[in-house]
Amino acid sequence: MNATNATNAMKTTTRKRSNAPIFWALFGAGGMLSALFGPMLVFITGIAVPLGVVLPKDTMSYPHMLAFAQNLIGKGFIFAIIALFLWHAAHRIFHSLHDIGIHAGTGAKLLCYGLAMVGTVIAAYALLAIGF
Amino acid sequence: MSDNQKVIEIEVLRYHPEKDKEPHKQVFEVPFTDDMSVLQGVQYIKDYLDGSLSFRWSCRMAICGSCGMMINGEPSLSCQTFLRDYYPARVRVEALSHFPIERDLVINMEGFMEKLESIQPYIIPKEPRTLQEGEYLQTPEQLNEYEQFSSCINCLLCYAACPQFGLNSSFIGPAATALLHRYNVDSRDGGKAERMELINSEEGVFNCTAVGYCSEVCPKHVDPANAVNQNKTISAADYFLRFLTPKGGAK
Ligand code: FES
Repeated sequence: MNATNATNAMKTTTRKRSNAPIFWALFGAGGMLSALFGPMLVFITGIAVPLGVVLPKDTMSYPHMLAFAQNLIGKGFIFAIIALFLWHAAHRIFHSLHDIGIHAGTGAKLLCYGLAMVGTVIAAYALLAIGF
Repeated sequence: MSDNQKVIEIEVLRYHPEKDKEPHKQVFEVPFTDDMSVLQGVQYIKDYLDGSLSFRWSCRMAICGSCGMMINGEPSLSCQTFLRDYYPARVRVEALSHFPIERDLVINMEGFMEKLESIQPYIIPKEPRTLQEGEYLQTPEQLNEYEQFSSCINCLLCYAACPQFGLNSSFIGPAATALLHRYNVDSRDGGKAERMELINSEEGVFNCTAVGYCSEVCPKHVDPANAVNQNKTISAADYFLRFLTPKGGAK
């Protein structure tokens, strides 16, 4: 094989650029976020607050949470957590489907990423609707 | 054969396309000594039990990369895997997963050869260089960048290990990506932009779901999963930043 042949082979096959980086970036960001905040959120919402350990019992009371969601930074936090966790999960579930014997096609793709999209839109809508 | 001669059962996946509809197993009883590799066991079958058994081999020392097989379901070099480690149980030998079987343990590797060609696995000089300019100089750091990725022997164990290649054989796959990376990060090379087209494409690195089994089975301790991951980052950065950089590798 010589270089010219190979170069020609490269040139004659037109390759489509993959759009995967979008989903991969969302997946990566969600993965990072869930690793950093996931366990802490489980601890706060699932253990500390309900049992009243470490944190006062009314930490997640309605007025507190409303104020948090109306604060710009709080809003951003809630949105990022919900949306990116969803995109992370969608990507992971989609790519794990074949491990449980489901040969995923376009339908599964639409379902997985579609749900993440819907969740993202609902989260954005709800956060805006709740006011500032 | 002396009385205390150990005998191991070797189950081989047979397939002769001219007479078999589909692959089927056949069991052979093979006398062996502790220093015998699975390859030697298979060679014993060919020499003494059934001359029609087909398989590839050459160096017998994990250098040439031709003796790859599934041994008890694991992609392995048969010259580097020993019968004693399976005895007294039966050992199962099959053609490498995810490839079409040509005959018995011989796979058709044409698809891989095309991939290998497509990555342009040679140094593409940044600019023409005359003899008078002498040799290229590299620092140990520059050598470190690519050295491990240059140890690939094209044995294809990583392809047999890769579930994503199993699902989509157009995926460029672990070894080809590792080799591609080996040239891209070589300080003498100027062909990165051309090769990135392949990395960025639908056949490229994003088929990988970070299983990592490829690196586990590699007999030469190349880390193809690492090459794939590095290129995901490089490719994603280029995907998003290509409009900002005037001379990015984007097409
Ligand atoms: S015979 Fe060469 S690697 Fe096994």
